[in-house]
Amino acid sequence: MTNETELLETPPATPDADISTAPRSRAGAPLQEDAKLTEIIVVTSGKGGVGKTTTSASLACGLARRGHKVAVIDFDVGLRNLDLIMGCERRVVYDFVNVVNGEASLKQSLIRDKRFDNLYVLAASQTRDKDALTKEGVQKVLDDLAADGFDYIVCDSPAGIEKGASLAMYFADQAVVVVNPEVSSVRDSDRILGLLASKTRRAENGERVKEHLLLTRYAPKRVQSGEMLSLADVEEILGLKTIGVIPESGDVLHASNKGEPVILETESDAAQAYDDAVARLLGDSRPMRFVEVEKKGFFSKMFGG
Amino acid sequence: MGLFDFLLVKKQTASVARDRLRIIVAHERAGRGGPDYLPMLQRELLEVIRKYVNVDAESVKVDLIGDGDNKVLDISVALPDTAAHA
Repeated sequence: MTNETELLETPPATPDADISTAPRSRAGAPLQEDAKLTEIIVVTSGKGGVGKTTTSASLACGLARRGHKVAVIDFDVGLRNLDLIMGCERRVVYDFVNVVNGEASLKQSLIRDKRFDNLYVLAASQTRDKDALTKEGVQKVLDDLAADGFDYIVCDSPAGIEKGASLAMYFADQAVVVVNPEVSSVRDSDRILGLLASKTRRAENGERVKEHLLLTRYAPKRVQSGEMLSLADVEEILGLKTIGVIPESGDVLHASNKGEPVILETESDAAQAYDDAVARLLGDSRPMRFVEVEKKGFFSKMFGG
Repeated sequence: MGLFDFLLVKKQTASVARDRLRIIVAHERAGRGGPDYLPMLQRELLEVIRKYVNVDAESVKVDLIGDGDNKVLDISVALPDTAAHA
């Protein structure tokens, strides 16, 4: 116990120390063996436009709705958008780069969500300087969030495999890989899987980032008619376990129009599918919904509709 | 689906997508983790070999194989049956 106490109180200055556990225990939390750690989740994909930000917003909201303290961070420097999807765009004063540069404190920069007071947004900077984020700067922010007692940090990755994307994934414990059932998205996702297995802190420590597949814009009817890759196809090609399948839904656009994460549109199929994904992320097992064509009655079968 | 939908020919392209992806993903995974020069080496070798023999891109394989402390550069070229035509 004394050894552990010392380890936990050692500042993260020693590079050889096990940084994955040492600085990340909650500040002020009793030093028990089951002391809760902060879980860092990256939402990534490689390809743009597949639903990373939609997914980040909904997962963060879903985790917060279950009582966890959550921060969701936009890593897309230059192309800030998470704030719009979360509906807090008019409340952004300071951003991620301001914190990294010491121009604002983390406390000043975190935007508290209006719906859940245990949910916070850290907006991306609109600067055009691509090198505004550094590995050290990002680590400091993540460590400070951990010390502040956050249970989950959701990192919304930019598209591509450039610096922003690699920084978003570098410190991750888990990765939610967002994929559309479409060739370029699947291929790009595989590229991202390669990076998760080699260019992350966990990989460098000989560990693995826990990877999950989240399939979006899924249309069971088109799968059934042989027009669209099936869930099984994508799982097999990528070798991933599925954490959620989000059906193609007009509600996603409505939700983003309003600045309300789609998971909060409780009547919507997409919302329920996201809620299932959150439950699975927390270790629940739930049957996969919205992957089969809905059974239609006799009349609609005969006359369409 | 209406009564006469069966008259419309649906294009069943998902299986084509699946097969193409299986191949390209396996190919790209095989090249991962090696040094960055391997793909370039493979391309240049292919160009040289093509001066003499008509081979396609898939018939030249360049791999770096770990053999204890040493690494072995393994180059294999599959020549076509009728290698005479250059």
